[in-house]
Amino acid sequence: MPKSILTTCPYCGVGCGISAKVDAAQHRLKISGDTTHPANFGRLCSKGSALGETVELKGRLLQPKVYGRETGWTEALDLVADSFISVIEKYGADAVAIYGSGQLLTEDYYVANKLMKGFIGSGNMDTNSRLCMSSSVAGHKRAFGSDTVPGCYEDFEQAEMIVLIGSNAAWCHPVSFQRIRAAKEANPALKIVVIDPRRTVSCDIADLHLPLASGSDAVLFNGLLHFLSEQNALDSAYIKAHTEGFEQALAAAGIDAELVAAVCRLNKDDLHRFYGWFAGHKKVISLYSQGINQSSSGTDKVNAIINCHLATGSIGKQGCGPFSLTGQPNAMGGREVGGLSHQLAAHMDFSSADDIDRVARFWNTRNIAKKPGYPAVELFDAIYAGKVKAVWIMGTNPVVSLPDANKVKQALQGCEFVVVSDCIADTDTTALAHVLLPAQGWSEKDGTVTNSERRISRQRALFKPTGSAKPDWWIITQVARRMGFEQAFHYQSPVEIFREHAALSGFENNGSRDFDISAFADITQHDYDCLQPTQWPVNQAYPQGRARLFDDGRFFTESGKAQFIAITPRTPVNLPDQDYPLILNTGRLRDQWHTMTRTAIAAQLNQHKPEPFVEVHPVDAERYGLIANSLAAIESFWGTMLARVQITDSQLPGSLFVPMHWTEQYASRGRMGALVNPIVDPISKQPESKHTPARIKAYQPVWQGFILSRRELSISTPDYWVKIKGEQFYRYELAGLTLPENWQDWAKDNLCDSNGGTPQWQEYQDPGLGNYRAARIVNNQPESVIFIAAGSALPERNWLCSLFAKSELEQAERMALLTGKPPIGVADVGTIVCACFNVGEKTILAAIREKGLKTHQEVGRCLKAGTNCGSCVPEIKALL
Amino acid sequence: MKQRLVVIGNGMAGMRTVEELLTAAPDKYDITVFGAEPYGNYNRIMLSSVLCGEKTIEDIVINNRQWYIDNGITLHAGEGKAVVFIDRIKKDVYAQDGTVAGYDRLLIATGSKAVIPQIPGNDLDGVISFRDIFDVNKMLSYSRSHKKAVVLGGGLLGLEAANGLVLRGMDVTVIHNHEILLNRQMDKPAAKMLQTELEQRGLKFKMAAKLKQLLGDENGHITAVRFDDNSQLECDLFITAIGVRPNIALAQQAGIYCERGIVVNDTLQSYDPSIYAVGECIQHRGDTFGLVAPLFEQAKVCANHLSAHGAAEYITLPTATKLKVTGINLFSVGDFQGDENCSSICFTDPAVGIYKKLVIKANKLIGAVLYGDTADGSWYQQLLERGEDIAEIRDALIFGKAYATS
Repeated sequence: MPKSILTTCPYCGVGCGISAKVDAAQHRLKISGDTTHPANFGRLCSKGSALGETVELKGRLLQPKVYGRETGWTEALDLVADSFISVIEKYGADAVAIYGSGQLLTEDYYVANKLMKGFIGSGNMDTNSRLCMSSSVAGHKRAFGSDTVPGCYEDFEQAEMIVLIGSNAAWCHPVSFQRIRAAKEANPALKIVVIDPRRTVSCDIADLHLPLASGSDAVLFNGLLHFLSEQNALDSAYIKAHTEGFEQALAAAGIDAELVAAVCRLNKDDLHRFYGWFAGHKKVISLYSQGINQSSSGTDKVNAIINCHLATGSIGKQGCGPFSLTGQPNAMGGREVGGLSHQLAAHMDFSSADDIDRVARFWNTRNIAKKPGYPAVELFDAIYAGKVKAVWIMGTNPVVSLPDANKVKQALQGCEFVVVSDCIADTDTTALAHVLLPAQGWSEKDGTVTNSERRISRQRALFKPTGSAKPDWWIITQVARRMGFEQAFHYQSPVEIFREHAALSGFENNGSRDFDISAFADITQHDYDCLQPTQWPVNQAYPQGRARLFDDGRFFTESGKAQFIAITPRTPVNLPDQDYPLILNTGRLRDQWHTMTRTAIAAQLNQHKPEPFVEVHPVDAERYGLIANSLAAIESFWGTMLARVQITDSQLPGSLFVPMHWTEQYASRGRMGALVNPIVDPISKQPESKHTPARIKAYQPVWQGFILSRRELSISTPDYWVKIKGEQFYRYELAGLTLPENWQDWAKDNLCDSNGGTPQWQEYQDPGLGNYRAARIVNNQPESVIFIAAGSALPERNWLCSLFAKSELEQAERMALLTGKPPIGVADVGTIVCACFNVGEKTILAAIREKGLKTHQEVGRCLKAGTNCGSCVPEIKALL
Repeated sequence: MKQRLVVIGNGMAGMRTVEELLTAAPDKYDITVFGAEPYGNYNRIMLSSVLCGEKTIEDIVINNRQWYIDNGITLHAGEGKAVVFIDRIKKDVYAQDGTVAGYDRLLIATGSKAVIPQIPGNDLDGVISFRDIFDVNKMLSYSRSHKKAVVLGGGLLGLEAANGLVLRGMDVTVIHNHEILLNRQMDKPAAKMLQTELEQRGLKFKMAAKLKQLLGDENGHITAVRFDDNSQLECDLFITAIGVRPNIALAQQAGIYCERGIVVNDTLQSYDPSIYAVGECIQHRGDTFGLVAPLFEQAKVCANHLSAHGAAEYITLPTATKLKVTGINLFSVGDFQGDENCSSICFTDPAVGIYKKLVIKANKLIGAVLYGDTADGSWYQQLLERGEDIAEIRDALIFGKAYATS
């Protein structure tokens, strides 16, 4: 009997509970939603449901590698420690850095942060959470004095109105979206408003969609604050009792709805409807995500939203509040341990000397960092500039995800010492590492994560680790010990780290810091193993956790009052101009996660959007001569990419949208990070990934085509390729600017391998039309097929793909193979009798029967059979 | 009073014309037919099926003697009935045995004769062609008593003869003066596939070979063939199948205008207005004929004029080729080589023995070679004859009518 283990999904910040039936012998999982987990109550999205398909061992990094050579842990760890020590001795502690990830477990994160900030003594520990959450962190900090998400998912059902701002939750946080949909169905009075330049699928349940001009969110919410004041919809008592700075904020927000509509380019009636609804409902949730955060004024946008909730007192109560949807499974956990470079630990940061002193005492270190380190974008700039000479990247893929990603690539290429810990062997970033350390992945690693609603859940090991893969905390601990910090890194298991982390959160806290899980400081191994999903704080006052904060009107600022922030809206830094007249927006898809290292392994997740694409408004398609489903080159000042054109009026004119996921592992030129401008918010340092001036033009290849292959291939570099994993095959979409000398040779070079059966080749060539098609057949099964055309006239791939699942090709299928279409229902005419006119036995018998034919001449008149060479007349006579 | 029609030649072209005429104008003529062979009318192109034992002579008879009686036709067939003289002034024809028939209209359908290689020894015993039942019987008799056969000519007839003799148990070598078989009908890839398949059936080939001499024994019977390079091959039976030429001796003797064949106009009329000619003996607009399809078309046109309906015109259309070897499907039509203004479309699946090539010129199909899968041959022929623009269906053209027209 396979056993069921409860764990947590490794994808978005919803943090769904999963029940995994483990078949250890077959290394297989059967995934279902954990019906008891409060984040999802059994629901899962497409990505989570497909987790079982992602645990295959193919493609895993299983052995440490040093300069491309496989080695054991001892050599690899020695080299990392020695190299870091040597760089630190020569150039100082700030010449080394760790770049972590929201995919790390809290325990991993904690030791990484402790090593860098506590013992190496540099602030240079940052994380990819910088790319998705730091504006929220900064906004929270300014308003509340703490990085606190006040509400919880239960509020969705309590709310009278939910505003989705810069969030396509339907795709990016699907289970929360389904929960909102269910709430709307149960209570049709629940108002849903979507604020997004794109008409995303999240608008499906919306009563109102406001397609505001890209980047104008702060204007919209300043206008709302102004409107609330004008309409006397303020909660003056709350403002007076629990907040500061209202007057200044209101003064800065002095913009009337008319002007807001003009600046945000919104329909006035729609705008008034939204403002009216907001003013008219007590329980309003503002759910926001990357559309707010990834902006050069992201922090201000966050505060513009929070201002409105403070002004109406709709915070800390059931069914209301600003609510940041986090992107990653453990972005919150990373914030809790202090994983961002300006943070220190346990919601303490470098801005307070007391905090620094306190943490130093707790960690018993003299070498604690005193100042913030480089945030992500600056960190890679510093690597590029040679200021940081050794970097350790953990579980993330900055060559794909950071802005100006080509520069990031160059930075790592030029870096003295690059260490990458990952569970996947080949990523755009592992390709640049000097030392590769095999980390355990989801299904092997063991620890805790925190979701968007502050809920700490266990992520549990389902399988024994594969190869030499080790937990990240172990790897970091081993390096720390080799660097001379044995005493402080004595951990033998995750629970020991969790206890220390919990103890630090309660250390000299006394209610002064929101993050306090001191109730876990002495947790036993057994209780840790059985830990139920719990919302922090978990301390003496709230031993079972706490659903909402600020219900007492008390905040973590010095005055204990929430702060209004006066917002002066700013436009995005780089605006469209003559050379780059369009706005490039980036974002997630429903069925892919981050840089596809895991999701692209699951064939079923590659069907929704198999290729990098660009969404273009019909007006722009017309203007730039783009044809649906053709290829386009998108260019910004920083880089270029190629994508398939999708024309849709869900896009605003003048704007483009591309998915963020594709890497050089799956597409030759699909890395959107190469285009994104390296502009950051001055406070949060979060990049402006949703707004880069760009241009687009049709990409005109000389040829296009595709290959389906049972075996993974390495295609000899056409200009455009995309690799898509299917159930029994790999699909390659191809296009090129130059023709190979000979398609036949090219196909043989690319499709043939030295081993395995005797392939039979079926070929179709029409050089005049630029067509080449071939099938390699082994054991009467398609091994690979290639279709090349001068234009884009290629058949649908579906039927061909389906043939890879068949045990044997039928004759008709084999003959239809290179048409790319299922065999056409050619009537079965039987054995050919008259070869001249191709008349079969069955046809003749039918005619004889139905028309009462008596002689071969009659048959001849009816069917022409036997009327040419006459060779078949005897057979016809015999049939008569 | 009925007019008199005399037909010289009891073969397929002549008799098809008579059949057409019986349908078009059954009472117009008293018909007299002269034939050198002692049979009714039979399907000459089925002789290879008889040779390889798939059919009997009875199977291939089109019209037996009773048919002539039933249709009121006077048949003079067999020994001594070959026509030897035409008196165009008196409008009489004379057979070898003195049989005379007068005509108002004369139809010459004397067919063709095998080309005999002009090398020493071509008159030896055991050197025969493959034209009629007599030849077939001779081959069958040799196959029972002799072992080694050589077929000269890798064209349709030669291959059918060779295949038949192999099936009759002989050791057969085909000598061909070209590098590929059926070089008039096939391109190299198709011909190679054909050769491989025939080799698997036991045929041997000597390609691009030139014969120098046929060697005989003291009884004047062939024993071996000698090649240009003086190599030799044992041979008990030698079949020549290097083509035919129109049988025009009689016409020439009668002073009817002939070039390579009896020259006819588009109504199949010779230079003598009373005399028509059809089949392999004629020359029409420079072409002579060796395949059955155009003969039947000629018969139709000729009968139309003999019946005095007088509207039809004969046009030579590209003729498709088929090889009558059971289990081998090949088809070829039109200009299958093309030139620099043409482009070709190919489909190959050698493992299942399929090769297709279409030649396109100015968006029209001008030629096709099909090997292994000939199902769409007649459709391609239609496209070719009609000169249809194929640009719209080019993508799927080679996959056949079902795909291209769906």
